Amino acid sequence: MRDKGLNTIVCIKQVPATTEVMIDSKTGTLVREGVESTVNPFDMYAIEEGIRLRERYGGIVTAVSMGPPQADASLREALAMGCDTAILLTDRTFAGADTLATAYTLASGIRKIGTYDLIICGLKTTDGDTGQVGPGLAEELGIPHVSYVRKILDVKEDAIILERSLDDIYEEIEAPLPCLITVTKEINEPRLPSFKLKLMAKRAQINVWNAKHLAGDPGRFGLEGSPTRVVKVFHPPPRAGGEMATGDPKTQVDRLVQRLKEWTVL
Amino acid sequence: MNHIKVIEEKCTGCGVCIQVCPFGAISIIEGLATISEDCQLCLACVPACPSGAIETLEERRRKLDLSQYKGVLVFGEQREGRIAPVVYELIGKGREIADKLGEELSCVVLGTDIRKQAKDLINYGVDKVYIYDDPCLAIFRDDPYTDLLTDLVTKVSPSIFLIGATSIGRSLAPRLASRLKTGLTADCTGLEIDQKSKLLLQTRPAFGGNVMATIICQDSRPQMTTVRYKIMKRAERIRGYNGEVIQMGFDREMLTDRAKVKGFTKEEAGISITEAEIIVSGGKGLGSPDGFKLIRELADLLGGAVGASRTVVDEGWISYPHQVGLSGKTVRPRLYIACGISGSVQHLAGMSGSDIIVAINKDPSAPIFKVADLGLMGDLYDVVPRLIKRIKELKGLKG
Repeated sequence: MRDKGLNTIVCIKQVPATTEVMIDSKTGTLVREGVESTVNPFDMYAIEEGIRLRERYGGIVTAVSMGPPQADASLREALAMGCDTAILLTDRTFAGADTLATAYTLASGIRKIGTYDLIICGLKTTDGDTGQVGPGLAEELGIPHVSYVRKILDVKEDAIILERSLDDIYEEIEAPLPCLITVTKEINEPRLPSFKLKLMAKRAQINVWNAKHLAGDPGRFGLEGSPTRVVKVFHPPPRAGGEMATGDPKTQVDRLVQRLKEWTVL
Repeated sequence: MNHIKVIEEKCTGCGVCIQVCPFGAISIIEGLATISEDCQLCLACVPACPSGAIETLEERRRKLDLSQYKGVLVFGEQREGRIAPVVYELIGKGREIADKLGEELSCVVLGTDIRKQAKDLINYGVDKVYIYDDPCLAIFRDDPYTDLLTDLVTKVSPSIFLIGATSIGRSLAPRLASRLKTGLTADCTGLEIDQKSKLLLQTRPAFGGNVMATIICQDSRPQMTTVRYKIMKRAERIRGYNGEVIQMGFDREMLTDRAKVKGFTKEEAGISITEAEIIVSGGKGLGSPDGFKLIRELADLLGGAVGASRTVVDEGWISYPHQVGLSGKTVRPRLYIACGISGSVQHLAGMSGSDIIVAINKDPSAPIFKVADLGLMGDLYDVVPRLIKRIKELKGLKG
């Protein structure tokens, strides 16, 4: 059991509140107007775990996000849940970043923070759905990562003991600190912000860092630092529905058995 | 934008560029085309401009000699010495791509005592199989796997690197891509070679499958992608295919692993839903955790796995590895039977790629019926026991 505090960084992203996004049929781009934003739901588990670790071991939890100026709102949500400080990495040159450039930019921000023991990321985001930024960020920082963590068993002076799931296998892992973990929804149940913290978060100071604040290679930020490009977006063809069985349960089951035979399942 | 510029003297403000821009990034302001931050540098507007008024300012800084990168490399993931099913799918697709490019298909396997399994991959149309063999590589470890694959990519310079989008692949690939400073596309469901540019067109779902995006990696190599399992057609065995196995030497320092595995357990018996050919899933309509006994019975009879909706996993009726959907697993079985699942957008995102879908639900307006090949409207407790009885009769089992 660790007796000194734990400095945890939680990386979060602001995402559209819905996955039912529309594509403008004229321009072939995603319609962004009128779409509300929220903290990526997978990041809520990361925030919660960071706070629980502080409750257990002491220390501080810093929330970091890269995004447009309005991503400030997501960091305030993290503060309302109980994070101690928040940093927004925002700059026009950060825009258009793919996962490699995002990992690099977050790494530059985290280097500026300086010392930390643990970085927690959500499993993936609900918009990009890649799950690539966490492991990429660990690589940029030169620290180990453990993905799919579903339980933190113990934190020692210089190591963390975790349980990670690789499909149907659970591994118990001891990773040296500092390290990065990505967490699954099994790890906890995120709390609702208290009224008092909500009020405090509203007035809290969010640290805003732009490209000039970060000591990084500007060629690796945003669009310029992104090797991948989206060349087309489209809606997948909807899956057509089929037949509805009719009649009483017996007749319906007869029909199902008949179809299962046609499909060579039976 | 400092990568692309409108030459003011040449621009007539005709607006042709607005029509061709797929990102809605161009507007006419005071009679001049103006490119906003939404520009993705697809450069569609450059040739489209009738007055040649749009030009690109610079090539990417890190310009590689792309011509030295050749061939398609497949990550030959193994578990307990068994080559993962997705590898054969990657080989099938990889062969097709390599043939289109007129290049080689190779595969890399890391493990211990895996020469026999690795050699067998040649029979599926692989030209070269690289082996890294050591007891330390028996199970997947992020650090040594990243080190050794970096070593291989540096030595053989593949143009394309395909990795299965399994839990292992999705932990390994982003670390590797960051090390190699190259592009990585996650969880692709479509791969094609662009006729003209010979680039890999990587198509993948985003926003929980509501949007598809096609992505390219123009100026970095290898073009890396994780590929969703059970999408690509599995490679067929080719009798007498000529390929070679290459045993790779390596520095033992590369086996260093910072995160140590202290032990592992296999959670529960039964088939994992990501590999199952048949899945029987239960949702809130089961009414209670006990309902899963019925689901399990049907699944066992059909030789399938048990799936579940998010709601019942959150309720604690069944454990998380069974969860199908956006925040659980994406599945693609031959047959998916949804019992008492209404079919939220998130659930549909995880299972609508199934070959055949059967839905059993009381509510005629349940969205699951919209994607079902056969819908049964009724109480699952009327339907499923009857179905179990019929299947047992057909199989000659006692009712």
